[in-house]
Amino acid sequence: MSSVLDPTSERHIVERERLARPSSLEGMTVGLLDISKPRGDVFLNRIEERLVGIGAEVKRYVKPTFAKPAPVDLRHKIATECQVVIEALAD
Amino acid sequence: MTDTEEITAPILPDGIVVIVKRECETCQTVVPVLEQLAGGVELHVYSQDDPEFPASPASIPDSDLAISWFHDIETVPTVIRVADGVEVERTVGWSRDAWESITRLDALGPDLPAMRPGCGSMSVDPDLVDELRVRFGRTSLASRRIEVAAAEDEMELMFNRGWTDGLPVVPPTEQRVMAMLEGTSRASTETVAVVPPDLAEVTVEKVAIAAVMAGCRPEYLPWVLTAVEAACTEEFNMHGLLATTMPVGPVIVCSGPGTRAIGMNSGGNALGQGNRANLTIGRALQLVVRNFGGGVPGDIDRATHGSPAKISFCFAEADDTSPYGRLAAEHGIEDGVDAITVFAGEAPQGFVDQLSRTPESLATSLAMRLRAVQHPKLIMMFDTVLVMGPEHARVFADAGWGRERIVEGIMAHLSQPGSELVRGANGVAEGVPEAWADAESLPKFRPCGLMLTYAGGGAGLFSQIVAGWVNGEKGSAPVTRAVSY
Repeated sequence: MSSVLDPTSERHIVERERLARPSSLEGMTVGLLDISKPRGDVFLNRIEERLVGIGAEVKRYVKPTFAKPAPVDLRHKIATECQVVIEALAD
Repeated sequence: MTDTEEITAPILPDGIVVIVKRECETCQTVVPVLEQLAGGVELHVYSQDDPEFPASPASIPDSDLAISWFHDIETVPTVIRVADGVEVERTVGWSRDAWESITRLDALGPDLPAMRPGCGSMSVDPDLVDELRVRFGRTSLASRRIEVAAAEDEMELMFNRGWTDGLPVVPPTEQRVMAMLEGTSRASTETVAVVPPDLAEVTVEKVAIAAVMAGCRPEYLPWVLTAVEAACTEEFNMHGLLATTMPVGPVIVCSGPGTRAIGMNSGGNALGQGNRANLTIGRALQLVVRNFGGGVPGDIDRATHGSPAKISFCFAEADDTSPYGRLAAEHGIEDGVDAITVFAGEAPQGFVDQLSRTPESLATSLAMRLRAVQHPKLIMMFDTVLVMGPEHARVFADAGWGRERIVEGIMAHLSQPGSELVRGANGVAEGVPEAWADAESLPKFRPCGLMLTYAGGGAGLFSQIVAGWVNGEKGSAPVTRAVSY
C-alpha cells in the first residue's frame, strides 16, 4: 500500500464527506434509478406518484443490468440532473 | 504499519567492531586478520550483505543496515574501538599500522600488503540511500499519510483532492519528501511562517511537501522556504493578493551566486518556460498558499481574470554581469549574499524600443510606456518592477548612468499636471480625485516605486514591465530576504 503525505494544514478530515441531508423534498429534483429487476418499475411508479404528491420533481433512469454497477455516463447524468437519488434494490 | 514506531540508534558493543561486506575484496583479504583479532580482543564483526561472511570468525548480520546507517559507515572495512558504549576511534580500509594501533596488537596480516583501500559501504549506496532515509528517518515526518488505493492512480488522486494548480503534481511520497529535506539544514519541525488565509503555521516539512509536488530539486528548498517567509509577512499582505480582483500573484526575484549554483535562468527566456529552478520555485510557493494556506480560486482567490503568471513567476537577475547592481542591494543585502525579493505583480508586459541609442531617448521612451501602467490617469498607488534587457541596459551603461541616474532619468518624464489626471478629464471617468485637479505636477510612481532588475537574453532591444498591485496601507509592499540555508 503506497501513500503520499498530506500537503494541507490538516484541518479537514481525509475521507470525502457526505452532503447534508435536505430537510424537505419539496422543489427538489429526485432521481429514481431502476436497477432492472422484474417489476421494479411498478414499485418506482408508485414512489414517483407519492414524490410528486409532496412537491418533488421526478426523473426516471434505468441501468442496463442489476448485475453490474451503473455505467459511468449514467451516474454522471444523474449527478448533474438531480439533487437526491433513490435507488431501488428490492426483489 | 506503525508510523510512530521509535527507531533508535543501535549502540555498539564494547571492544573492536569491524563492519564488512562480502562484495568487498579488501574485506575478503582481511579475513585472516579478523581471525587473528578474534584471538586477541573482544571482537564483533558486522556483515552488511551476507550473514555467512566471513565463515570465521562468525559475524552479526547488519541486514537492515541500521548499524551502518546510524554509525555513519561510509567505507568497508571500518574498524571502531568502543569503550563504555561510546566510539573512541576508528579507521577505514586496511592499513597494518592503523589496525595495529587501534587494536593494540602486533604483527597483523603478515601476508598482506601494508595498505589496501576499502570499498563503499552499502549504507551510502546511491540506490539504497533514499529507502534507508525513510526507513530510519520515518518518525521525523509528522504529516498525515494519505493511502493510495490499489486501483487508484496517484496522479489522479492529487487532482481529485484539489491539490494541484491545474497541472499534474509530483506525488509527495515519504521518500521524495525525505530526500527534499536534505536540501536544508533546518529541522523539518521548524515553523517557517503563518500562511494566509487560513493562518496556519507551516513547517519546513510541509513546505518540502509542496516543493516535491512542484517538481523542485532539494537544492531549491532554501529558496522556497525564504520565499514563503517573505510572502507571509504582514507587509507583503498575501491575503490581500488573494482576495483582490486584480490579476496579481507573488513574483519572486532571485539573485546571488546561489542562483547560478542551482542553475536558475537569468538570460534568454528567463521569464518563460523551460527552466526547472525558475518554474518550480515559483510554483512551490503558490502550492503552499493553495494547499496549506487555503487560498483557492473561486473561494478566497477572487481574481477577475488572473493570469498565467499565477502558476509560477520566478526568475533570477543576472547580478554577476549587471551594469547597475541588483534589486536586493537596495534593501540592504550585502554583495555575494543570496537573496530574494517578493513583489505583488502581474504577468509581464512588453516594452519595445529598437532605436534609442542615447540614455535620454531611452529614458523618455520608457517613461512614455510606463505612464500607461494600470491606467494613464492613475498614479502613485501602483509600484512597478522593470526587467531591463541587456541591450537596453547597455545604452545606459555606455553613457555611465548608474542605477539612481536611470530611475531619475525616467521619473523626470513621468509627471503630469493634475488637470490631465483628474476624474472626467479628457472625457474619461477614471482618474485621480478632484482635490488634485490643481496640482502642477504629480509623479506616476511613489519614491522607490519604480524598481530596476536586470535579466534577459543578449539579443533584443526590449524590456519587460511587471505592474504591481496596490501599494500602501491596504496593499502590498515588496519584501527582500537573504536566503537561509
